[in-house]
Amino acid sequence: MSKHLELAQRLRDAFPDLIGAPTEFRGEVSLVVADAERIADVCALAKRELGFDLLLDLSGVDNLGDDPRWDVVYELYGVSHGCHLRLKTSVSEEKSELPTVSGVWRAADWHEREAYDMMGIRFRGHTDLRRILMWEGYPYFPLRKDFPLAGKPSVLPDTAFTRPAPLEGGPFITPAGGRDSIAREPRARTPES
Amino acid sequence: MAAVHEISVKDTAARADDLRDLEGDRLVVNMGPSHPSTHGVLRIVIELDGETITKADPDIGYLHRGDEKIAENMTWNQFIPYTDRLDYLAPLANNVAYALAVEKLMGIDDKLPARCQYIRVICCELARVSAHLLGLGAFAMDVGAMTVFLHTFTEREKIYNLAESLTGARFTTSYTRIGGVLRDTPPGWCAAVQKFCDEVLVSIDDAERLLTRNKIWVDRTKDVGIVSREAASDFGLTGPNLRGSGVDYDVRKAHPYLCYKDFDFDIPVGGVGDCYDRYLVRTEEMRQSVRIIRQALQRIPGGFDNPSRELVNVPDGKIVLPPKSKVLSGMEELIHQFMLVTQGQNAPRGEVYFGAENPKGELGFYINSRGGGTPHRLKIRAPSFCNLSILSTLLPGNLMSDVVAILGSFDFVMGECDR
Repeated sequence: MSKHLELAQRLRDAFPDLIGAPTEFRGEVSLVVADAERIADVCALAKRELGFDLLLDLSGVDNLGDDPRWDVVYELYGVSHGCHLRLKTSVSEEKSELPTVSGVWRAADWHEREAYDMMGIRFRGHTDLRRILMWEGYPYFPLRKDFPLAGKPSVLPDTAFTRPAPLEGGPFITPAGGRDSIAREPRARTPES
Repeated sequence: MAAVHEISVKDTAARADDLRDLEGDRLVVNMGPSHPSTHGVLRIVIELDGETITKADPDIGYLHRGDEKIAENMTWNQFIPYTDRLDYLAPLANNVAYALAVEKLMGIDDKLPARCQYIRVICCELARVSAHLLGLGAFAMDVGAMTVFLHTFTEREKIYNLAESLTGARFTTSYTRIGGVLRDTPPGWCAAVQKFCDEVLVSIDDAERLLTRNKIWVDRTKDVGIVSREAASDFGLTGPNLRGSGVDYDVRKAHPYLCYKDFDFDIPVGGVGDCYDRYLVRTEEMRQSVRIIRQALQRIPGGFDNPSRELVNVPDGKIVLPPKSKVLSGMEELIHQFMLVTQGQNAPRGEVYFGAENPKGELGFYINSRGGGTPHRLKIRAPSFCNLSILSTLLPGNLMSDVVAILGSFDFVMGECDR
């Protein structure tokens, strides 16, 4: 068994009712944590006992139309053993909240602020959950799938404003899995769809 | 004869009474977003007690362009020009990192032709030299050593010339394509790179002679902005900033991508984690990069000008665009061209993370694909973003004048931090 899988298995053994079987794709191991409420416990154990001392990345994924809507993906790495591990957990749209891991790795501080800023996922227990890339008072969450690429108008008096960008009917892309070639045709999409 | 005046100097204990009057309000200083030493548009709100920093709050996002949103709305190849604008001091390295991430998703990263891998390695290392030369020059200028900047910029100019003859652009190179590179090296390019390697080493030595034992430089950087091993990994620092703190982690050694395992090179590691260590690590990394480039040039398949026409692209019409001359004469090529331009390469469902050792640290791409020509989600793990997150912890306790030294030694780029 490769080292990656062995570490994943050890983490699974510590939380047998919580973590599903590891999946492997392109040499990377992913674990799905069933209950987002316990993600901080899983992360703390991964760091303390399994040596995952670097939180490389944390990203939110918007699965608009699916339930639960949000995926939160943690990319872990251990310098001592040189293995990556991906943890995934899901959060429903009504809840949009899960515990912070900034107490485990302080690197999560800014990553969680970004996920909140871009997607609107809140991290409970985060000491300073402010917007980070957009300005304080911006009304939308721009990386959500229902936010148009062109942007929406917004005004925050004396601070900032936004206007939609002229996209001339774009974006001219061909989404995967359309019914037929007409549905996939680039110009057939309206900007809002 | 001049009159002699007597002056009395109070001892320190007596001065304490005077100083008590000064304990008034703390002063809040707004540094940036367009301060010369913030290298772009970083804003730091600093609270001062006298000259000592008591609180620092970095404010980023002034250069946010929504690259991740844009990526979700275009095909894989169309996003390459946007990667130029991440770490805009090393666009070639960003191009390579992004292409490798998508290739990993498609499962073709081990099928890249050898010549393509060698060209990409040379590009990455040239980008590293270029970024470190600027980082070093700007760092030295921020703490008052103007000359170094002039030396290092002379060398960077040569790298720009090389980039121009290779890619057609000096700055926004957009050189890689999914499955290969835009074009093979032009005639004489490899020889020019070899000549450059000899020249840049002289300049690195010159810069080192100006700084490494310079009393002012050492005083400004040594024991300033110390990042411990634990703090460095806790905050997710990568690249020279992590290695400056003594953590021996370089993606090129830990998880060799491209053909990095074919080369002999060393990873410099610092001992203390102060600004001086980070400076030494960067300087040595440039020498190691030159070492890699020389080995790559020696062994590049096809030789300097590729008389044997070694491939530089994956020979797969569903990944790489066909030659233009065949598009309007061959049916298959026409179909491939049409499908690639309108729909992009057909990626499988799945998710990958790929991190490459960029000049600033580990540039990672997390790609979540639902199949087809566009990503469902593309997250850019920007090294500068993670490196800057330590500032609010690192700056308090330092002097105001050390902020420029610390910022210079962290060598960040806001284009990448804000995305």
